[in-house]
Amino acid sequence: MSVAPLLECKNLSISYAGRAGDVPAVVGFNLTLKPGEAHGLVGESGCGKSSIALAVMRYLGRAGRVVAGQILFRGRDVLAMNDAEMRRVRGGAIAMIYQEPMASLNPSMTIGEQLIEVPRYHEGVGHRDAALRARAMLDRVQMADATRIMHSYPHQISGGQQQRIVIAMALLSNPQLLLLDEPTTALDVTVEAGIVDLIRRISAEFGTSMLYISHNLGLVRETCDRITVMYCGEAVESGPIADVFRGARHPYTRGLFASNPSPAADKNSRPLRSIPGQLPSPRARPPGCLFGPRCEFFAVDRCDAQPVPIAPIAGSGDHSSRCLRVDEIAWDAAPAAISSRAAAVFGEVALQVNALTKRFGSVSANDGLSFEARRGETVAIVGESGCGKSTFAKILMGLLQANSGSVQLAGLELSRLPVTRRNPQTIRALQMIFQNPFDTLNPSHSIGSQIARVIRKLGVQRDAAKVREQVLELLDLVKLPRDFAARRPRQLSGGQKQRVGVARAFAGRPDVVVADEPLSALDVSVQAAVSELLIDIQRRERTTLLFISHDLSVVRYLADRVVVMYLGQIMEQGSTEQVFAPPYHPYTEALLAAVPIADQHYTKRKVLLSGEIPSASNPPVGCRFCTRCAYRIPGTCDRLAPPLQQVAPDHQIACHLPREQLAAMRPVFEEVTP
Amino acid sequence: MKAGIALLLALIWLPLAGYVMFRPALGALAPYLLLPSIPAVILLYGIAVRSWRESRVAVFGVTLVCFWLLMAVTAPYLPLLDPNKPIAPFVAPGGIKHGVLFLLGSDMRGRDVLSRTLWGCQRVLVWGITATSVAYVVGAGFGLIAGYLGGWWDEFVSFAGNVLLSFPVMLLFILVLNLLGQSGFNIIIAVTCSSAPVIMRIVRGLALDARSRDYILAAQTRGEHPLWIMWVELLPNVRGPLIIDACLRLGYTTVAITTLTFLGLGLQPPDPDWGLMIKEAATAALLWKYSYMLIVPAVSVSSLILGFNLIADGTREMSLRD
Repeated sequence: MSVAPLLECKNLSISYAGRAGDVPAVVGFNLTLKPGEAHGLVGESGCGKSSIALAVMRYLGRAGRVVAGQILFRGRDVLAMNDAEMRRVRGGAIAMIYQEPMASLNPSMTIGEQLIEVPRYHEGVGHRDAALRARAMLDRVQMADATRIMHSYPHQISGGQQQRIVIAMALLSNPQLLLLDEPTTALDVTVEAGIVDLIRRISAEFGTSMLYISHNLGLVRETCDRITVMYCGEAVESGPIADVFRGARHPYTRGLFASNPSPAADKNSRPLRSIPGQLPSPRARPPGCLFGPRCEFFAVDRCDAQPVPIAPIAGSGDHSSRCLRVDEIAWDAAPAAISSRAAAVFGEVALQVNALTKRFGSVSANDGLSFEARRGETVAIVGESGCGKSTFAKILMGLLQANSGSVQLAGLELSRLPVTRRNPQTIRALQMIFQNPFDTLNPSHSIGSQIARVIRKLGVQRDAAKVREQVLELLDLVKLPRDFAARRPRQLSGGQKQRVGVARAFAGRPDVVVADEPLSALDVSVQAAVSELLIDIQRRERTTLLFISHDLSVVRYLADRVVVMYLGQIMEQGSTEQVFAPPYHPYTEALLAAVPIADQHYTKRKVLLSGEIPSASNPPVGCRFCTRCAYRIPGTCDRLAPPLQQVAPDHQIACHLPREQLAAMRPVFEEVTP
Repeated sequence: MKAGIALLLALIWLPLAGYVMFRPALGALAPYLLLPSIPAVILLYGIAVRSWRESRVAVFGVTLVCFWLLMAVTAPYLPLLDPNKPIAPFVAPGGIKHGVLFLLGSDMRGRDVLSRTLWGCQRVLVWGITATSVAYVVGAGFGLIAGYLGGWWDEFVSFAGNVLLSFPVMLLFILVLNLLGQSGFNIIIAVTCSSAPVIMRIVRGLALDARSRDYILAAQTRGEHPLWIMWVELLPNVRGPLIIDACLRLGYTTVAITTLTFLGLGLQPPDPDWGLMIKEAATAALLWKYSYMLIVPAVSVSSLILGFNLIADGTREMSLRD
């Protein structure tokens, strides 16, 4: 028996009008979404996944239009609907949830007013009933303190709460289809885990169908029934979650999995494999298979002969792939071995942080930080927004001054020495890689001149010809073509810009490099390439890397030691193996459990944190984590600062829980024995 | 390319400004001064049309402005009547008197309106562009200081700007010109006092946004001097909105200078000037028959301002398209 599909895209093609003619964004896309089904749409930026959602809502704007194909919602062609019908569908039968919750909420209306509007407008319900329904919906999206929230304005609540409100608003009109476009990308991991849990419950409880757009394979695995992987506007592989995650049948999907830092990856013995090459420009699409030029299985005169259709895989049910050689490739064979690295040997202590404290008025952004980093070591500082990790980076770089405590770089005290008073040697020894690739380079100057400026300023070279030579060598080092020296930042992709950022940071051969979320804005395959690059350069130069991140999968892969921070304090620190295995600090446990895992070989224990991150201006008394901790000991945790427990040599946990209880914790991830 | 355009602009503006501001001092050199500017204007027009061909609005604007620039630099070489010599009063456009053809008629003192209009654009263009440029240097400089350095600097610069802005523009002009005397250079000071605070606010806002960018942090962490950061890292990235504002502001300044002359506060007779022509014609033009005396300079000033505004519109349109 087959159920009539709720949403169908048939041979959908979308183009955007550009200056030099139309640019195809989506080509020949097919999708069948059954009632109650959750379908994940995965791909890297620019692959056309958001265009599909916008086309379903007919929100493509003036430049974009559907050039071919149909979108059928309940059997009716969305593109043929008149405006009145479309209004009923939008927000009524189909609701969309975007990445940025604040942009979806009206900043000048209270949450309550905005929620009440929905049933009043769509169903003509009276104000009283609408208010009751809004209250009830807040409970269903697990909003604590609903009365206060109803009277708050959007800016008065946190990002996670805002996204719950947006979801509540979408659900109030009883939609049959929810379009979710990266709904958790702007949120912290533990908050994300809560929203993901909510989304999962919605499809079970309300029977709503979902089209879930994400770049994160792990999130799709945890929320969806089926997945479609997109590349360059085409669906390259589609099938049930379990089939695709257990046996990817397209080289691109396989490449995505290989570049994802799963618990099995290890930077020394099993490095990540990034996908070679770059996304082709939408104007210069290669002939035949679009992935051909980057594919290790590329066959000349076959793969580039004609466009490759997406076809069901023989004997697989409804798993299909857009690969000509799907029956020829030995999919289960281990990928060709790539050179493993020898484990790094760490030298003397390069950076020593002792009881460092920084206050902004009543906010203590850093409260008694103590740790050290040795030569050649990668120390990760992990935590969610507001934990003080960026403040720490600024103190280190001399952009802020600490109130007390010390930071010593090779014996030199830096905690209250602003960058303007540091000597050139110190400045050269300490450099930084920034988070946002689109911000890290000055858009007005060429790549070459920006690197050259660093070389001259840091006093590495002064002679013009030698500076130029060194610029080219640095471009070689970060594996960029030499002619990039003459290019402007806008001509580079995000990954390439971040490579220039790496080149700039290493131009003065620094002793310590601070990397503030250098990978978080990059696509997963680019992320893998940049992290490999970073490890290689670090090994060669024996640089100490302070890696600031919220992404624990990347941290597990890159770091040798991990420092976990929460609201300005260190909760746990130790070697990467120690931190990622029990005993855990309860916060570390929750952080680990919040990381979506894309690897089918691992299962994850569910740990959900209650509540929100408290405001740093009014931190909880006692243990700062006690308001959200599942193991809280009333009367102790909320009154006394936790003791620092040395659970192993070099492994410290700041917690009140008795040693035995910490030791008895079960691992968050466990390998599935086949 | 950029250096070439800067050279062309210098080649037009320097001789023209020298010609208008210091003609008596130049003596025998004066007649030849503007010769190199003529090809420069034509070349500049060609470049502007080519690079802005996608925006019809901008091309139209640049055509208007370049027309007046061309008139300004060629006026000494055109077969025009002496703009200051009374020949025959109240000749209607196209009329002939004493064997002289008055294409656009003559004014009540008998001077040729066409000649006065074409010569008159020199003064408006030179003082308008100079005053706007000075206002920009002052405004952008203080804006960068206030926006980038912040703190006490920001408080002080913003306060001073607000004080200046609290004066009605006309009152400020009258004050400055009465205190300092009526001259072209004091017009520059008056325009700077009224425009620089606005420019300062724009630049301050743009700099505030740009100073938290990672590339600025990168410059700070390698120990760059604040002046270097403002000049090399900040200024080039705020220029987009500034170019648009500069075109609009050239229009405002033209209006302001014309108004001042009209009120008898600005540039002094007898040299031709559009504001002056409008003022002199205002009484005569009460009779419909003589309205051409008013219409010709009024249309001229409007077309120049329209030109600047259309360039601003076109630039904005093109910047939005990228």
